[in-house]
Amino acid sequence: MADREKPDDLEGRRRDLEAALAARRPGKAGSDGRAERGGKGDFANALRLSSEFIAGVLVGAALGWFIDRLAGTSPWGLIVFLLLGFGAGILNVLRSAGLVAEFGSKAPKKGDDDL
Amino acid sequence: MATDPIHQFQITKLIPIEVGGLDFSFTNASAFMVATVASAGAFLFLTTSRRGLVPGRLQSISEMAYEFIASMLRDAAGSQGMRFFPLVFSLFMFVLVGNLLGMFPYFFTITSHIIVTFALAMLVIGTVIVYGFWKHGLGFLKLFMPEGVPAVLVPLVVAIEVVSFLSRPISLSVRLFANMLAGHITLKVFAGFVTSLGALGVAGAAGAVLPLAMTVALTGLEFLVAFLQAYVFAVLTCMYLNDALHPGH
Repeated sequence: MADREKPDDLEGRRRDLEAALAARRPGKAGSDGRAERGGKGDFANALRLSSEFIAGVLVGAALGWFIDRLAGTSPWGLIVFLLLGFGAGILNVLRSAGLVAEFGSKAPKKGDDDL
Repeated sequence: MATDPIHQFQITKLIPIEVGGLDFSFTNASAFMVATVASAGAFLFLTTSRRGLVPGRLQSISEMAYEFIASMLRDAAGSQGMRFFPLVFSLFMFVLVGNLLGMFPYFFTITSHIIVTFALAMLVIGTVIVYGFWKHGLGFLKLFMPEGVPAVLVPLVVAIEVVSFLSRPISLSVRLFANMLAGHITLKVFAGFVTSLGALGVAGAAGAVLPLAMTVALTGLEFLVAFLQAYVFAVLTCMYLNDALHPGH
């Protein structure tokens, strides 16, 4: 009986692990669906990742510029927000590559991956 | 015939309209947007008007488009997300039909203009923000506050998350616009090689076979890009709407 119990138990644990892994990587399914597109896939991926990164930097720079204009703190807003934008760009890239959990999820590794 | 590869993106006024010093002219871009909406609407309406229990070929195309977007939205945002189905489906059909209309020779590609794609992206992000605050109130801001972050790092992480959130409409619109613009310019450049090489006599005409083959291959690729980008736009819309529905997960 104990022998019969064991494989079931193992099966159950494997399924639990699979579910836990799937829950930890919410972005995985989406990015996989977008990635596997034959020869076109690599080019599309490259364009996607670069646009994510550039968007982060651009938005950071634009925010800093506007804050400088409004508050007259030039050039500190631009410097700080450009760096933040750089961080956000890298976060975007990692997120769209499925390496970091999505917005607002509870994945515990989130905190150290953000930096 | 224009050999300038950028010429195809030029906006011309068809019916000049000016209201209060602002330019509201009906341009070729407006005309093709109307054509996009009209042809997408007419296609869906006409193919589903028979309502056959066993769908014909055209009706099953419409049904496949519906099923495709519905299952994508349900996967990404759960069954609550289905209230956004009209938005996502309209966006998908608009982008897809706009991309495909652009593949006709001498037609204008609306999605190759960043203002069009940016307006679509702002519509998506505006929906996410408005719905998120309306539904969850200030709880929506939890989106920017990942759990389990040390208190010292909170300001930095929140700032990065906010910039990352604000960069979404930019990357969403730039991706679609850049793909269509780059594809159409490449196509035009290679097609231009065919004519300019062909003018050089027999040797040139023989050499023109290479860019011609390239043009044929690129045309196929562009059709793939047209579908792929509409798909990517819809998938990302679903993922962003999911944030509005479940900000805290």
